[in-house]
Amino acid sequence: MLSIIFLTVILLYIIGFYYLVTTRNLIRILIAMEVLTKGLTLTLIYVGKVTGQMATAQSMVITLIIIEVVVLAVAAGIIINIFNHTDSLDVRKISRKKE
Amino acid sequence: MNDIVLYILLGLLVVSAVLTAMIKNTLKAVIALALASAILTVIMFMMKAPLAAVFELSVCAGLVTAIFVSTISLTDSPDPDEQQVMREKKRLTRYIFLPIIIIIVAGILLIAQPALNFSFAAPPAVQSTVQDTIWHTRNLDIAGQIIVILAGVFGVVILFKERLKK
Repeated sequence: MLSIIFLTVILLYIIGFYYLVTTRNLIRILIAMEVLTKGLTLTLIYVGKVTGQMATAQSMVITLIIIEVVVLAVAAGIIINIFNHTDSLDVRKISRKKE
Repeated sequence: MNDIVLYILLGLLVVSAVLTAMIKNTLKAVIALALASAILTVIMFMMKAPLAAVFELSVCAGLVTAIFVSTISLTDSPDPDEQQVMREKKRLTRYIFLPIIIIIVAGILLIAQPALNFSFAAPPAVQSTVQDTIWHTRNLDIAGQIIVILAGVFGVVILFKERLKK
């Protein structure tokens, strides 16, 4: 019997990847990355619980959260700069303007 | 009883993730993401990971939401035509394909269930606290985290310095 937590993790990955593929808005791409990271966090905690090494899992989750926030802050700054240059957040429009 | 609450929370987590993907208004999507973070925090508390749960609540539900809201408010003059076109085009495709994909993957998982019996060959569990693990076993991680935070700070500073110059 598959664990319900494992199933939830897979569903979160599917939702995140689907969102990442279908959206064209730059901010929404970041949100999709966040959804994927939620799945990863739950995976780490689940594996920590199954293997009985919750301390290691927690320290890895803390590292993951810190990296996630830093990446997000830099990406948000880049998005704001892109918006100031191109007046758009649509990925297709931005690439068209570049041509 | 505890298991039932955990399953309900896992269901709510998936629902809030789906809401995040489905809601058209970006600000509301961010709020749904913060809700998902809060639910994940409770799940982590229930799975006996309190320290990571506190981090998740303060950073992912708080700081990340603040970053998103400020980004949205700084970039908030969307082209009305663009929005209209996207709304008309994406309404149907957005709502149809996700449930279909989820049903297909769930079916594949149910069929392939015997092959997916992972065995976690765990070494004997060492009873150590999180503090011990962070400061002794994985102390290089802290150096890495400091470097990552510094890189992020310099990145943001450089990005906005360019903007001020212009």
